[in-house]
Amino acid sequence: MQTDLLTEARRQAEICNACRYCEGYCSVFPALHRERAFSDGDLTQLANLCHNCRGCYYACQYTAPHEFDLNLPKALAELRQDSWKDHAWPRGFAHLFDRSGGAIAIGLVLGFALLFAAAQLLQPASGDGFYAYMSHTLMVAIFAPAFVLPLLALAVSLRRYWRTVDGPRVALADIGAAMRSAGQMKNLAGGHGDGCNFEDEDRFTHARRHAHQAVLFGFLLCFASTSSGTVLHYLFALEAPYAWYSLPKLLGVPGGVLLCIGSAWLAWLKTKADPNLGAADAWGGEMAFVLLLFAVGFTGLALYALTGTGAVGWMLPLHLGAVLTLFLLTPYSKMAHGFYRMTALTKEAATQARG
Amino acid sequence: MQTDPDIVIIGGGNAALCAAITAAEAGARVRILEAAPKAYRGGNSRHTRNFRCMHTGPLGPLVDSYGEDEYFADLIKVTDGKTDAHLARMVIRESEACLPWMEAHGVRFQPSLSGTLSLARTNAFFRGGGKSLVNAYYRTAEALGVEVLYEAPVAHLELDGDRIVRVDYDHGGARHHVSPASVIVASGGFQADTDWLARAWGPAAKNFLIRGTPFNRGVVLADLLDQGVEQVGDPTQCHAVAIDGRAPKYDGGIVTRLDCVPFSIVVNKDADRFYDEGEDVWPKRYAIWGRLVAAQPDQVGYVIIDAKSLNLFMPSVFPPIKGDTIEDLARKMDLPPDRLRNTVDTFNAACGDTSGFHPTELDGVATSGLVPAKTNWARPITEPPFYGYSLRTGVTFTYLGLKVDSRAQCAIGNRPIGNLWAAGETMAGSILGQGYLAGFGMTIGTVFGRIAGREAAAHAN
Repeated sequence: MQTDLLTEARRQAEICNACRYCEGYCSVFPALHRERAFSDGDLTQLANLCHNCRGCYYACQYTAPHEFDLNLPKALAELRQDSWKDHAWPRGFAHLFDRSGGAIAIGLVLGFALLFAAAQLLQPASGDGFYAYMSHTLMVAIFAPAFVLPLLALAVSLRRYWRTVDGPRVALADIGAAMRSAGQMKNLAGGHGDGCNFEDEDRFTHARRHAHQAVLFGFLLCFASTSSGTVLHYLFALEAPYAWYSLPKLLGVPGGVLLCIGSAWLAWLKTKADPNLGAADAWGGEMAFVLLLFAVGFTGLALYALTGTGAVGWMLPLHLGAVLTLFLLTPYSKMAHGFYRMTALTKEAATQARG
Repeated sequence: MQTDPDIVIIGGGNAALCAAITAAEAGARVRILEAAPKAYRGGNSRHTRNFRCMHTGPLGPLVDSYGEDEYFADLIKVTDGKTDAHLARMVIRESEACLPWMEAHGVRFQPSLSGTLSLARTNAFFRGGGKSLVNAYYRTAEALGVEVLYEAPVAHLELDGDRIVRVDYDHGGARHHVSPASVIVASGGFQADTDWLARAWGPAAKNFLIRGTPFNRGVVLADLLDQGVEQVGDPTQCHAVAIDGRAPKYDGGIVTRLDCVPFSIVVNKDADRFYDEGEDVWPKRYAIWGRLVAAQPDQVGYVIIDAKSLNLFMPSVFPPIKGDTIEDLARKMDLPPDRLRNTVDTFNAACGDTSGFHPTELDGVATSGLVPAKTNWARPITEPPFYGYSLRTGVTFTYLGLKVDSRAQCAIGNRPIGNLWAAGETMAGSILGQGYLAGFGMTIGTVFGRIAGREAAAHAN
């Protein structure tokens, strides 16, 4: 990892540890105050616990122009970004984090082209709905590895992360605690429950928290929709297209709507927030990722709306291309943050429980 | 710019903001003149972390109860009786209503910070500290239509008989004059003006560090005192504590404190000890060390500890200087190595049985036959590596201020000034004659800020 980022994070953490005024904002400070000296692993863990709520920055009496020049959200964001690169596997893909904006754009084009070409060349002889354009077998052949391989890569990364931060034994309860924290976005609630600082300097609002929850639950509903489709297909031999009252649609439509609303909201908030309180270099990639999520949700809904029309022929590869890009880049884009965050929250819960 | 305001408030910290919010809610048009730029707004309130609050039962983050008499007794203890009992009791009684008022105006509290559990009953901690309180009040005030001018230092208040007839201030590169119905002074003490400090204290004051804002230069205070406005408080005294000698000249705040003196020996630049480091627990002694260090050559002290004491106190912002031997440490700290060795050896030889050592209570582990003695926590300094910090005098606030009555009104001779009120540090000398009680400054500022705002608005309407 980059020594200068670690050195700067350590300098700031030591100042914070001598002040402690921000103890009530989030999980970072109680974890920070447990230490007296900060190892690289400690700092990496603090960086991944930080949700960038910015409460500590706006409350800090030592921000520039003060000579102590504290900007903990930025220091931790840069370290966090660097830690993902450092733990990426295979290592050769780590550089994608630096170019995830471009990677997403290229991935979209290639994904669309690939799927469009596949659909054209391997046009099925028969099939209903979108299987008329692309066979179920072909979809599985592309998406099963595109789903499983990135998850394997992530699993390797997270294992290495766990060693870096010297993670203790984990109980089921720790994972439960992490899931509750993420589900409620507790660390964006500010401790007092007024929310976080983001789009309007020191004003506390729930905008970012709620937008993020919409994305999170929207995404999970979409994922559940696809999973339920798979179950229906294989276990019950019920093939797509599904009626509006079927499980895939009941999960997928609200999921897609939530994903669209949440990601558009997040993107808009991001344009209002001060980029200097995050990893400024990562801004473009983060924005591209949020827009990619929007594209996944929007094309998915559009595909449903266009059922039965000829437009499915190009909307299907567009949607699948977006999904493919999202999956493949998961270990090397902002999408990774969710996995690292869950791991960091689990580590924090385990440390609290077992010291 | 708006039309001329009804009320001008000088200063932009806690007291000024409480006054502004109260006056604006009473319907007055208020203009705040804050000398600092926006990034440094809020005066010393930026550095605070809690306020001391009376309560008859659990209240907000406060546990149990903390009654008027106990609170008053705590105050009398630290001020040695130098306090106006009537005003002090009024502040104490009013403090209970402050907490819900503060919450209603945007301030959020949190449980007592780690390392400060002893204050969980008496002091309500601001979530995020003083700057977050200041931020919340500015948002509330601006929503009420209060006009805030930053980088707007006041140069002069024109007093005519028993009225302020004009306020002169600089803003945007020009001199401005306003004649509001009411004026509230809430611009703190004069501790950032080291020339003034040196006149009051002597040339040694030039070596003092100022723990808070560089903007409390006492311009308005001096201007009013020059015109004969009634003063209160010892003009030569300031509240000073011993802080890390490497702290910045201004604005170092909380992180520059050093809690290791009780586990150390403290020497001057000649490597001689000069006071009992173990006289009492640190919270009760840190203030006298400001004075002790101020009395040493070059106004500097050096704390020496060994490895076994390193983790007994809160970390401070700067890492200690480290040496493998006493001589090595002395060289790194610019102390005479032989003399420091001699001082440490003499001290070590005077230490006795240390089996009763207990870091958080008076353990009676003392030296024998040593002058000055160390009467608690006296363990020999023997275990390398050795660590050192330099100590300097850090000024918190000055006592000289404007004398006010229970309605926060200023006076000239024995007549009240019809349209001048004061709140916060600039009048705290009316209550705190000497010493300091943690969190009491914010209580005075909140109580008197609200009173001044109410009275000034009533006068203006």
